[in-house]
This record gives sequence, C-alpha cells and structure tokens, in this order.
Amino acid sequence: MSRTGLIFVSHSRKLAEGVKELLENMQPEAVTAACGGEEDGGIGTNPEVIQRGIESLEGCTEAVILTDLGSAWMNAEIASEISSIPVLLADAPLVEGGLAAVVEAGFGKDAAAVKEAAEKAWDMRKST
Amino acid sequence: MDKQMAAEWLKRFAETVEKNKEELTKLDQAVGDGDHGINMNRGLQEVLRKMEEVPADSPGGVVKAAAMICISKVGGASGPLYGSALMKIASALGDEEDVEGKQLTKALRDGVDAIKKRGRAEEGEKTMVDVWEPAVQALEQGSSWQELTEIVKKARDNTIDMKATKGRAAYLGDRSIGHLDPGAVSSSYFFLELACVMEESS
Repeated sequence: MSRTGLIFVSHSRKLAEGVKELLENMQPEAVTAACGGEEDGGIGTNPEVIQRGIESLEGCTEAVILTDLGSAWMNAEIASEISSIPVLLADAPLVEGGLAAVVEAGFGKDAAAVKEAAEKAWDMRKST
Repeated sequence: MDKQMAAEWLKRFAETVEKNKEELTKLDQAVGDGDHGINMNRGLQEVLRKMEEVPADSPGGVVKAAAMICISKVGGASGPLYGSALMKIASALGDEEDVEGKQLTKALRDGVDAIKKRGRAEEGEKTMVDVWEPAVQALEQGSSWQELTEIVKKARDNTIDMKATKGRAAYLGDRSIGHLDPGAVSSSYFFLELACVMEESS
C-alpha cells in the first residue's frame, strides 16, 4: 500500500542498517533502504550508494531521505537530483524522524506528507 | 584556455594536493575529522588517471570528467562541494575548444555559487567559500593573474582568525579560531595553479 519509500543515510553502514532494522520492526508496511558508509564500507556518505538505495525501493513512486550528520545531506541532495523518481529530503532527526516517517509512509501517504511528519519530530522530547 | 591548459591546471592541482596531503590532514585534524588530505588526494589521483586514459576534447570536458570523479570518489564534504562546483564550471564552459578569460570568470562564478548553494554557506564562516568568493570577485573586477595569486594567499590566511560556523569545525566554536581552514587551503591550490597556468600562457 505504501508508495513512498524511506532512505536512511548515515556515515556508518551499521548505523543506517540499525535504523532500518529498528523502524521496520515498528512499521513492517514501510519500504525502506539503508545507505550507510562509503562504497568500501568505510565511514562516510556517497551519492552512488544512496542512488542505489533509491533504485532498490520496490514499488515506490516517491521517496524521502533522512540523514545523520553534515555532508550526508549534501550527498543525499546529489542523489536526489539524479534519481529517476521524485525524492524529498527531510530535515529531521534520524531515529525519531524516521519513526514518524515510516508510520506515515505505512499509511500510504505521499512524500510531502511523510517529510512533514518527519520534520515535526524535532518537537518530540524524551523526558516530557 | 584550451584543453591542454585545463588538463595542466588540474594536473598541477592534483600534484600540489599530493605534495601537501599530510599538511592538509594535519590542518583537518585540528578543526575537522582529519580526512581532507586523504580524500582530496584519492579523488585527484583518480582524476589524473582518467585524464590519461580518456583525454577530453575541450576545457569543459576536462573539468566535467573531474567533477564526476569528485562526486563519486572524494567523499567527506569536499567531494560534493568540489564536485558540484566543477560540474557548474564545466557546463558554463560548454564544449568550446578555446575559452576566453571572461567566460572562464563567469564559469568560476557559477562554481562558487554552486558551493554556496550546496553547502548553504556564505563568506566569513571559515570554509572554502572564503577563498573562492574573493578569488572570483577579483577576477570579475579585472585583476591580473599575478594579483589573483596575492589575493588568494591573503584570503586563505584570513581564515586563521575566523570562527567556524559551518561543517564539522562548527562544533569547536571559539576553539576553531587560530587554525587555517583545510578547505580554504586546498581551494587556494586550485586558484594558485590556475593563475600559474594562465600566467605562463600569456
């Protein structure tokens, strides 16, 4: 039912895969891909790795990317510009924003609504 | 500028980065994550190999090939930033075999604008923009290549007193003051080698 896929971009392959594992567990309906690390698995982000993640999203007509630190955003932006499907970047915390995003995507919401939900996650506190 | 000059420019840029890669790494260890020298050298060595294997037939072609490699092989923040800049420079140069000074300046303007847009950066934030912007402004105001050399060195050194507000170095706050910015230093090589190649041909 979901048409919006989620991409988790991290400098660390393990971190990206961990976020995917955690959030898929919370919302199994969502289609997601982990794009962590450089081509060789080292720490970093790479537009080609991210692009392959976008292409791997089965049955998705749109995608939303969430990133961790610094240059992850720039490389995600480059990947979104060369993608064959429309891709939005969500300026959101990776885990909390990712959770909001998979929930919306699981309900079949479009990329704009998924991005908006992810970005609202900045307001979620842990202790209050 | 013809294709030989463009290739010579990027070749010298790559050689200077290689010669100074430990210096760049040391600077980046002070304010960043210490990968600038290694990343830039890895990417530019690949650019050199590519230029030998598949020589481009215009200055724009030379720069475009380098842009693709920067995007896929350099990594860090400098990969997407140099890559985006070179890509815009390449499209402004087009496929003309001989590029006039004015067109080159216009292309470099597109390059610095691409860096600012991609990195959401402005001048004064202790980044590569602090070399690119004054360098391109100088060329727009008709500076000679000799004058450009002085302006670029001064702009690079001006980053020592700046406080970083962009990139990994921003986490250091005031502790970033007193260090050269590694991206500004590698950018100074980019413009100094350009000035050198252009000066020699004039």
